[in-house]
Amino acid sequence: MSVAFDEKVHKTLADANLQLAIYRATGRLIDHRKHAVAATALPDYQELRTQANALKRHTIEHLDHYLEQFEANLTAHGGKAIYCQDATEVADFVLGLAKERGAHLIVKSKSMTTEEIDLNERLEHHNLESVETDLGEYILQLAHQRPYHIVAPALHLTRYDVGDLFARTLGVANETVVERQALIARAVLRQKFLAADIGISGANFLVADSGAVLLVENEGNARLTTSAPKIHIAVAGIEKLIPRAQDLAVFLKLLGRSATGQALTVYTSFLSGPRRAGEIDGPEEFYVVLLDNGRTKLLADPGKRESLYCIRCGACLNHCPVYRKIGGHSFPWVYSGPIGAIITPQFMGIEHEPSLPFASSLCGACAEVCPVKIDIPKVLLELRAEVKQAEERKGANRLERLAFKIWAWVMCHPRIYEMAAMAAASVAPAENGKWLRSAPAVMNLPPVRAWLSQRDLPPAPAKSFRELWRKR
Amino acid sequence: MAKRVSIFVTCIVDQLFPKVGLAMADVLERLGYEVDFPEDQTCCGQPAFNTGYRQEACQVARHFLKVFRDSEYVVVPSGSCTSMIAHHFHDLFPADEAAGDLRAADALAPRVWEFSKFVLEVAGVDDVGARLQDVVTYHDSCHALREFGIRDGPRRLLANVRGLELREMDAAEECCGFGGTFSIKFPEISGGMAGTKIDSIVRTGAQTVVSVDSSCLMQIQGALSRAALPVRTMHLAEVLASR
Repeated sequence: MSVAFDEKVHKTLADANLQLAIYRATGRLIDHRKHAVAATALPDYQELRTQANALKRHTIEHLDHYLEQFEANLTAHGGKAIYCQDATEVADFVLGLAKERGAHLIVKSKSMTTEEIDLNERLEHHNLESVETDLGEYILQLAHQRPYHIVAPALHLTRYDVGDLFARTLGVANETVVERQALIARAVLRQKFLAADIGISGANFLVADSGAVLLVENEGNARLTTSAPKIHIAVAGIEKLIPRAQDLAVFLKLLGRSATGQALTVYTSFLSGPRRAGEIDGPEEFYVVLLDNGRTKLLADPGKRESLYCIRCGACLNHCPVYRKIGGHSFPWVYSGPIGAIITPQFMGIEHEPSLPFASSLCGACAEVCPVKIDIPKVLLELRAEVKQAEERKGANRLERLAFKIWAWVMCHPRIYEMAAMAAASVAPAENGKWLRSAPAVMNLPPVRAWLSQRDLPPAPAKSFRELWRKR
Repeated sequence: MAKRVSIFVTCIVDQLFPKVGLAMADVLERLGYEVDFPEDQTCCGQPAFNTGYRQEACQVARHFLKVFRDSEYVVVPSGSCTSMIAHHFHDLFPADEAAGDLRAADALAPRVWEFSKFVLEVAGVDDVGARLQDVVTYHDSCHALREFGIRDGPRRLLANVRGLELREMDAAEECCGFGGTFSIKFPEISGGMAGTKIDSIVRTGAQTVVSVDSSCLMQIQGALSRAALPVRTMHLAEVLASR
């Protein structure tokens, strides 16, 4: 484990208030989802998951076709598709457009994809003001922090933290009532919406047969972002495509329920181009940035391609006992939790944080709740094998590999296995059958020490099962 | 003639919790089975598989397939080891391999049974006539629960034990934090997860935690013992063997 990862994990585990905040917030989301997908509330839930998985698989396997179809339909409505390879290309496009149109102020609605490419930082670097308008994201922008969670970005902050932050950064009175805090943010953000030149959103789905961007949200800020300014830019990963508008009947039933337990979010916006003649609102220009940023690399790998099915509901984070302990900021990239653990190594390369795929008990809670049925534990196991292959090529971690080679050899030779086990048992005898708080000196090895740092060690019984069985 | 079952006791039961293996054999014999313990058995290979050492896992899996090739039933006191054999052996061997390992793995898979599932579905018994004066809570082992849907079965078996009171814990389906080498690669996270588990156990007021996996119980008992809490752990087989 890298020092940075280790330190963040340790800090999070040692912070009792933070532990409680994470456990409670995720616990609430778990409860809400549980009720929303219960057989009484949604009888065809499992069937919907199967359909969603099949639809995503089909789309991802025919992505070239659906990208072309999306672009053709978008263009027919007067929108424009912009293909971008990476973060720099997105920033260059936005900066170029802003310069051409004389734009200074950008409002943004929540988007993990723009977090992925550090868009705000890149724009601010060129003196463009880019303001987050989702309440959680706005709070984090003021605090100069990354989202803690895919869906609930400020999950780790209490209302007292927010009161302090607003007082410090906005010069307002310290207000701890959540509704009043929302009003403070709203007063600031309304002015931004009215003055903004460009609105940047993400996309929950790109609908190929309609050339449309679909957005779900609860605050109405995304609708304002995409309709008040004269220019709307939606930034979307190419994996967000779905074939038909009617497929939303499957995905929308799953997304809100899996994320927050809502049957539908408060706002669902279906955006299919700029304002047309006779329409009273909407942007004059409409762009959809189709971002690769490593996605085609995943596409080329049939064993792990399903990682691209994700619809970013965050259910795997809420249900992950590891996420619930180490929180979102321990993860090495913007995507945290189980989905972060499988896509980070694939986007950034496994060497970015080689221990990440190992930071899981493989309990499978993530796969159980995934609305598109991504087999996350399977992908983690694939990544673990890849890490070990890379280590072997580099000659790294030799001791562990040697230990497993010896172990495998012993396990294929039952007589030697029995002798080795008897030898080990003789150094740590059962005595009174009590569990051991410390190990005898000969057993003072790193794995034993790691175990004992948290738990007592079982005593070795006087006789193994096979010895007892023979005497039976 | 009595039907014959082979038992794979798992390396952890063989070396650390032999009573669990004896209890399982005892219950199976009472149900009228002739129990066979193939002496060449060692491990299913899961530690290597879960740590990314596929080649080493393959070696051990091949040995396993050789040992149990002729068994009509293989009964295992672990959901996790059963899932390794019945599900992951298939992923381990390449489809184009000439040696026939994949065929052997696929042929064995339907004959490998987690203990409680075997008792309920093959033996067709949900009351083994056990008696235990105790208040217990049941921990759902992740692989038993999520790979085999083992949820109600063990609870039904426990409910039929005379004298036993079953109290549900709120975090029954939450992982204990063991996770094989995860427990020693990330001891702090693993220990934190065990902490959540034992808090939930203690809230029930139960005296005993029951599970179908000795590895979870090792983690839970290790944490209980470290916290000096007077709660013991028992494998389901030990409960069902109680008289």
